[in-house]
Amino acid sequence: MTVLRRRELPPLLRAIHDPPARLYLRGTGDRDLVSQTAVAIVGARACSPYGSQVARMLGRELAAAGIVVVSGLARGVDGEAHRGALEAGGRTVAVLGCGIDRDYPAAHASLAREIAEGSLLVSEYEAGVEPAPWRFPARNRIIAGLCAATVVVEARERSGALITADFALEEGREVFAVPGEITSALSAGTNALLRLGATPLTSAADVLESLGIEPPSAVRPAISEVAASLLERLPASVDELVRASGRSVGEVAAAIAELEIAGLAAEGDGLCRALA
Amino acid sequence: MLARAVTFALVGLEPRRVEAEAHVQFGQPSFTIVGLADRACQEAKQRVRSGTLSAELTWPGKDHRITVNLAPAELKKEGSGFDLPIALAILAATHQIPRARLEEHASCGELALDGRLRRVGGVIAVAEGARRAGLERLVCPYEACAEAALAGVEPVGVRHLADAAAYLRGELEPPEFVVGNGKPRRPPLDLADVRGQERARRALELAAAGRHNMLLGGPPGIGKTMLARRLPGILPPLEEEQALEVTRIHSVAGLVDPDHPLVGYPPFRAPHHSASTAAIVGGGPRLRPGEASLAHRGVLLLDELAEFQRPALEALRQPLEDGEILVARAAGSVRFPARFQLIGTMNLCPCGARGDPGAECTCSAQRLARYRDKLSRALMDRFDLVVTVPRPRATDLQGGPGEGSDVVRGRVVAARLRLAETRPARTPEADELLTRAVERLPLSGRGRAKVADVARTIAALAASDQVLPEHLAEALAYRPPKELST
Repeated sequence: MTVLRRRELPPLLRAIHDPPARLYLRGTGDRDLVSQTAVAIVGARACSPYGSQVARMLGRELAAAGIVVVSGLARGVDGEAHRGALEAGGRTVAVLGCGIDRDYPAAHASLAREIAEGSLLVSEYEAGVEPAPWRFPARNRIIAGLCAATVVVEARERSGALITADFALEEGREVFAVPGEITSALSAGTNALLRLGATPLTSAADVLESLGIEPPSAVRPAISEVAASLLERLPASVDELVRASGRSVGEVAAAIAELEIAGLAAEGDGLCRALA
Repeated sequence: MLARAVTFALVGLEPRRVEAEAHVQFGQPSFTIVGLADRACQEAKQRVRSGTLSAELTWPGKDHRITVNLAPAELKKEGSGFDLPIALAILAATHQIPRARLEEHASCGELALDGRLRRVGGVIAVAEGARRAGLERLVCPYEACAEAALAGVEPVGVRHLADAAAYLRGELEPPEFVVGNGKPRRPPLDLADVRGQERARRALELAAAGRHNMLLGGPPGIGKTMLARRLPGILPPLEEEQALEVTRIHSVAGLVDPDHPLVGYPPFRAPHHSASTAAIVGGGPRLRPGEASLAHRGVLLLDELAEFQRPALEALRQPLEDGEILVARAAGSVRFPARFQLIGTMNLCPCGARGDPGAECTCSAQRLARYRDKLSRALMDRFDLVVTVPRPRATDLQGGPGEGSDVVRGRVVAARLRLAETRPARTPEADELLTRAVERLPLSGRGRAKVADVARTIAALAASDQVLPEHLAEALAYRPPKELST
């Protein structure tokens, strides 16, 4: 385990209004990871399948472009963002709201282990500090502080992710919000951010562009004709696709599986959605 | 005087020979039943006495002492089926019926106070015990004749204790028994009632063809239960051997319909989610078969799976693995067969709004996690097919009725035959797809095996000798989605 004193903190984090006195690092990742170009992906813990898929996709694509994905290891959006980054073989930093030795929430213990192999977990709290509700907002200032930009994927009206966005705005960092359905309470927070002037995020390329990074040329995997035609009809349930395309359930299900393997679509709560 | 009547007690599903010995002698008037008789059995005294008097037979006089011993004395005797043998033994001991002839018969049945005979559970098992003991005739309540006949003994159906006595004296021939409509009863619900739901219907067909366990997830009121209840209707009827096996279990539970004694179609059981562990896997003080055994060779529907008590769900893991339940007691253990197909339904979250475009889910992350944690990974792994059904938009409900159960059952039967003859093997292309899927999708070793298994069923339904890539790809669509896996 490594400790960074205040003067060793990465410049971006040192620049915030209230930088931590020290930062503990855990994991085999390079300690420079915290100084590299990073983007925070944050959002609701009880997110919808839409939110979790978008978080995963953004994590994957930003990490693939060489950006460090920073988040808070929480359930929902945070965990998906980390997973996406790991999936792409990229690097990620998890900022904890408890002692550096704790894996909180317990459900993400294995995710924390994966992050510790090659990436970093960081915390301003020494080993043994219990997670407490008031520590999480404080943790959010570090998430925002480490990053050049913050992406809010899904947030209710009074969400911790909005606190992160506020910190980012205060420090003059870029804030992106993922637009959601106006009727969904899970998008109320993000849509409010948009109304206040946050940049709407429509693809990972928006973030890359604002950071002046060339997006890696995407090679679309070869897919069958059926799969390609169904991809255009998403989002839809399998039953809807069956009726709209006139194909059998078996054919549609097989095509969806093909899209999932190709990483072009995902299913959640019975609805298939296109990724990317 | 001493006389004995033969009957059988049940230990689990197994009959054990019991002799009701009656001893009537001069002495202080009394009526005692010994031999580990339970409460219902002790109360036989009142029923036997009233029944005998109502039958205008003679009850031993005021200066007689009656002792009834149910041997072997160390075996617990439960229930009211011993009334008739006790009464007959006393009648024989008082020379009202010939002793030798009584010993050639087995008997069972409960007595009413007016001497009529009432049905009891487990007659088929008693009859089987009689057959194994070399007794060809079973004196039993008239309504239980059809059940007894299934076990291969000659039933002597009587409606009244007086008839039983008359028959044993050789004064009366037992009435011929007529089975109202001996044919097994068909499952009543038809798949044609289900509109839309193409995907869930397809999964149901696959479940039927491959005997796969299936979990249906989705918001409330979209027809998960309606679909699940229609599974028995598309399953092939039971073979004779299996039907007898199932009937025996249902008989012990007292569920046999006198007009349709043979359970010829796969049984369907849907216990409520408040059911206790003993109610589901069997046991309890009387060692009765549970819902899992009553669903043997059929379908066990657990509606609102996540609302069941966790111990009850975990107890199902053994039968799902071994096809039987071993209920252990200090005094010995009992085996109940339980090879059933498990169908579960559940909402996607505790409030039920997930998957419903018209509603807003208010569940917190913790509450959601707790709900899903209810199902252990081990139980989740037992479901080969997991289908999430979203709420259809209103226009989707229109459209003609779907295919009827008969058509679907035809395909299921054909696929089962094919699977029994040859196991379709994967082509190299299908193998490659499976390997790619394991790399790209979250799929455990067990998950991989399940996908391969379901793909075989899909191939069999498509009348293909090989598992082609498209079969495998479809099978991938029924793996548990992230939101239902723990």
